[in-house]
Amino acid sequence: MERRDFLKGALGTGAAAVVCGASSGSAEARPNLEANGEAVGMLYDSTLCVGCKACVTACKNINGMEPIFRNGDEAYDAAADLSGQTLNVIKIYKDGKATVKDAEQDGFAFEKRSCMHCVDPGCVSACPVTALKQQAKTGIVIYDPDACIGCRTCMTACPYNVPQFQYDKAFGKIAKCQMCNQKGVERIDNGMMTGCAEACPTGATLFGTRDALLAEAKRRMELKPGDIYNYPRGDVRKPDSYHEKPVPTYKNHIWGEKEAGGTNVMHISSVSFDKLGMPPLEERSYASISEGVQHTLYSYLALPAVALAGLTFLVKRNTDGDDKGGES
Amino acid sequence: MSAYKPLGGRILTPAFLFFAVVFLISLYFMVERFTDGMGAVANINGGFPWGIWVVYDVIIGTGLACGGYALAFTVYIFNKGKYHPLVRPALLASLAGYALGGFGAIFDMGRWWQFYNILLPWNWNFNSVMLEVGLCVSLYIIVLIIEFSPAFLEKIGATGLLKVLDKTLFFFIALGVLLPTMHQSSLGSMLIIMGYKVDPLWQVLQFQPLLAVLTAIIMGYSIVIFEASLARVGFGGKDETPLLAVLGKVSVWLMVAFLVIRFGVLAAQGKIGLIFAGDFASLMFIIETILFVAPAIIIASPSLNKSPGKLLIAAVSMLFAGALYRFDAFLFTYDPGPGFSYFPSAPEIMVTLGVISFEIMAYLVVVKTLPVLHRSEHA
Repeated sequence: MERRDFLKGALGTGAAAVVCGASSGSAEARPNLEANGEAVGMLYDSTLCVGCKACVTACKNINGMEPIFRNGDEAYDAAADLSGQTLNVIKIYKDGKATVKDAEQDGFAFEKRSCMHCVDPGCVSACPVTALKQQAKTGIVIYDPDACIGCRTCMTACPYNVPQFQYDKAFGKIAKCQMCNQKGVERIDNGMMTGCAEACPTGATLFGTRDALLAEAKRRMELKPGDIYNYPRGDVRKPDSYHEKPVPTYKNHIWGEKEAGGTNVMHISSVSFDKLGMPPLEERSYASISEGVQHTLYSYLALPAVALAGLTFLVKRNTDGDDKGGES
Repeated sequence: MSAYKPLGGRILTPAFLFFAVVFLISLYFMVERFTDGMGAVANINGGFPWGIWVVYDVIIGTGLACGGYALAFTVYIFNKGKYHPLVRPALLASLAGYALGGFGAIFDMGRWWQFYNILLPWNWNFNSVMLEVGLCVSLYIIVLIIEFSPAFLEKIGATGLLKVLDKTLFFFIALGVLLPTMHQSSLGSMLIIMGYKVDPLWQVLQFQPLLAVLTAIIMGYSIVIFEASLARVGFGGKDETPLLAVLGKVSVWLMVAFLVIRFGVLAAQGKIGLIFAGDFASLMFIIETILFVAPAIIIASPSLNKSPGKLLIAAVSMLFAGALYRFDAFLFTYDPGPGFSYFPSAPEIMVTLGVISFEIMAYLVVVKTLPVLHRSEHA
């Protein structure tokens, strides 16, 4: 092997790396997808939640999922987290003596876990077979088990670890909240609200459009702690009842207004969201960055086509003189 | 006439029987996975949907199977064409690695009976990195079969087909360079959408595909050096050390490029301090960096590069470096948030060992029955 060959080799590989680097370095990522104000969503107010888990039971009844019992106690569904048979769960934050509700120190607080229905969903972007789709009108992220191959890329791509594969079944599928609008349930399409919002006795889980819910959340941020506010229940646009309650000291943070492009299910609370287990997200969605790289490299397959033409030419030229080359 | 010859000899050696036993044990768990669901065998969970079956069998396994790719890259640059003595064993190892990566992918697919959905154009989501990986790997397995088919065709004496193939092989070699460049870089791109779950020292966003393809070529060259050295020790034959040393030198440049880009990006993202944080991630990062730097020093020092032993050590270090980089990014430092942890179960590890055993058995059978190894001097 000659030194010249080696240099050519190093140059060639270096050039390929530079081309690849230039294209990935200059990748023009698309901006976040825009929020649709008319999309349906929910507002979860942690300070209103009493932890009764009526929403968990309603969710399981509507979605035909078995309850989870622990220690032989069959009075309550004891699901600890989302799973292949739990689409919605109430979790608890505890600190120290855990005596004061909605206090960060020596207090406790409830937190709802269910699909956030992202404005710019990672699962939809990552699914190779379009088994996860965002309904144009409602903004709901729905799942089609007939398309799904079970690769679980959606699970890696979800910042909230929401999609759950049914590992305990020989023929499992992905389980995730579809806002009670999946085929065969279709509550939203029929003018109803989600099961959890309907079941919630305190209005902690409120149903409505994203715009209406965001307006309500902002209204609560403006309230003075200790004042009496008339909290609505059910659908924020046409509440079926109200109840009066002193206003807590909200954190001035509407989770889902902006995080990773925003979500249609939003949360407000008196305890900071990192303590409630929300992930460390910035405003930019990872889906937008990923798609930017992917489309820069593969748009119309132009770059691969040019590369293939060049490679074919080089290989043809170099293999034609093959026999004299032999081995060194 | 081809200078490649079958090795011949007994197939049922003690080593072969050992791998057969490992494979048979794993078969039990493979069946259980299909009858009782993945949870019965594997420890994957809601936060760690990808365990060693994806990360080792597919993501690292195909990286280790990049010998054919790295050599195909070299073929037109070094102008050696199809008679290069290292090409066929490298292609065979690539075919074995990718075929089992493909098997691993289907095995790990939760809804495997619908795998064909990814081949149906009306299902395609062009935003999905996984789509690119799935299609590109499938296509590359076919290309590898075509690239390797002369070995089989020579054996059965299909001279007509060989002539046709000889005239068109250049196109498949070109594809054999393009396709791995695409999907090996995409394996890195898959990390982007995982966002904060990937440790900051590995989450370099737009630079993921570049670092991934560099590790693929580094692993490709090192596996060629590794296999050629092992084949020489195990089966005898010509000493290819001078030829392998050149591949080693190219790898040094690639590792320098990898390290410069990686540290440059981390500096630009203001993450250099994390390297010295003293936590698990920083430890893994330092080990990785040592595994990349050590072989570069071994190969670059002029007094050492004539020694086959030192070259083999360098190659092994490079293999571990590339594999650890992927393990760290996808699994070891992957953190989906509080409440989740993952360590593979014994049956899960057994399945992966079974897959590796099958790969080695297939390699041994093929080099003994088909003209794969170059036997010009010790025929």
